[in-house]
Amino acid sequence: MSNVKEVLFGPILANNPIALQILGICSALAVTSSLSVSLVMAIALTLVTAFSSFFIAIIRNHIPNSIRIIVQMIIIASLVIVVDQVLKAFAFEISKQLSVFVGLIITNCIVMGRAEAFAMKNGPVMSFLDGIGNGLGYSAMLIIVAIFRELLGAGKLFGVEIFTTIQNGGWYQPNGLMLLPPSAFFVIGLVIWALRAYKTEQVEEPEYKIAANSRAQEAL
Amino acid sequence: MASNNDSIQKTITVALALCLVCSIFVAAAAVGLKPIQSANKDLDRKRNILSAANMLDASTSVDEVFERIETRLVNLETGVFATQAELDAAGVSPDTYDQQAAAKDPALSVALAGADDPASIKRRAKFASVYLVKSDADIDRVILPVHGYGLWSTMYGFIALENDFDTVIGFGFYDQGETPGLGGEVDNPNWKALWEGKKVYNDQGEAVIQLAKGGVDSADPQAIHKVDGLSGATLTSRGVTNLVQYWLGEEGFGPFLSVLRSEGVQ
Repeated sequence: MSNVKEVLFGPILANNPIALQILGICSALAVTSSLSVSLVMAIALTLVTAFSSFFIAIIRNHIPNSIRIIVQMIIIASLVIVVDQVLKAFAFEISKQLSVFVGLIITNCIVMGRAEAFAMKNGPVMSFLDGIGNGLGYSAMLIIVAIFRELLGAGKLFGVEIFTTIQNGGWYQPNGLMLLPPSAFFVIGLVIWALRAYKTEQVEEPEYKIAANSRAQEAL
Repeated sequence: MASNNDSIQKTITVALALCLVCSIFVAAAAVGLKPIQSANKDLDRKRNILSAANMLDASTSVDEVFERIETRLVNLETGVFATQAELDAAGVSPDTYDQQAAAKDPALSVALAGADDPASIKRRAKFASVYLVKSDADIDRVILPVHGYGLWSTMYGFIALENDFDTVIGFGFYDQGETPGLGGEVDNPNWKALWEGKKVYNDQGEAVIQLAKGGVDSADPQAIHKVDGLSGATLTSRGVTNLVQYWLGEEGFGPFLSVLRSEGVQ
């Protein structure tokens, strides 16, 4: 049972797909300017990852090695199209805001990465849980980033005013940079810093060390 | 992982079977959800139209309010409602006409270039949808679609005019991709409220309504034709001015509106 727990909750803090594996950054930049959109994106990605891992794991023993990436892509792409269609039917406003980003789940490295790294070697149930777990890790990161960006950029959360902005006669001068994609880099960077300060085992070994001052002769 | 997985026969079988299953799955979702999706799209369009005319009311459903609205097509070249013969020749009908799609269709649009294209829309549809809000037999207000280029994006919106076809009731974009917090403030309700009561045309009948950089000076005799510009968004503001003047001017709905003013609705 501890194995299930690890697969399901490990990716949230210990092995976060964005913070540690640095996967799926692109959509984390693009959709996090508002919390409600991020939440839908997070749910969509979690479902796609879970079900694609599930289906790939079912047929993993029959996938010819030579076309395995294509097979994974077909399954992922089909699921993404279905998610997109469902959003258009039942969450039209949000699907308009997400626009192309739902389609871009296909290219999200997390989905592909979990299919290739986990689902090809494990059973369907564990793969499904692994997909949910990694989706949760992605969701957690997306929601943290979105909270910072929407609150500081627009003074709102879920579109409800928290800080009254100057434009509407309040005191808060919104930080426009937070609404633009690059700000997500800063927030993600700060979150990774905080996470690694807390879980020091995630700190990577430096690739090289700068030597102490040396005389020219020694350097030669 | 038996090695026979990699035989040509197995590879082809797996590929074909997978494609078949996935295509059935995708096709079922697309076809099954189509009616709900198009209902959503329709509702969204109606809501945008109503919100421009300040007719959106939480207590009544969008469809109910929309029953008061008549959709007609205007031939922008002649400035009058398109006749049935013209519509038949072009193969369009008011209820299904998609002006955005028509603007891309060479048969249904004209190319614009240089000075003829202040709003940078490149092609303009020959027919434009207009929405007439009626009370009894009279037109109460008219809602016109407008679009044009801002700083980053083509902005699509509606402008609603009173039945003097001069006074603005409401204005708003339903689709724009301007800089959030700067040009994106075109969506700010406080800014949109500034449009109400402004006059589009001067004494010579030219569409002169515009955004004023740095805000409107109330002592200015032209203040009735001016709306505060968006601070920090000069190019978006210029784009809004251009598109409103273009669409309400001689090349756009100007001739149509002057016919309405003098003759009423035929």
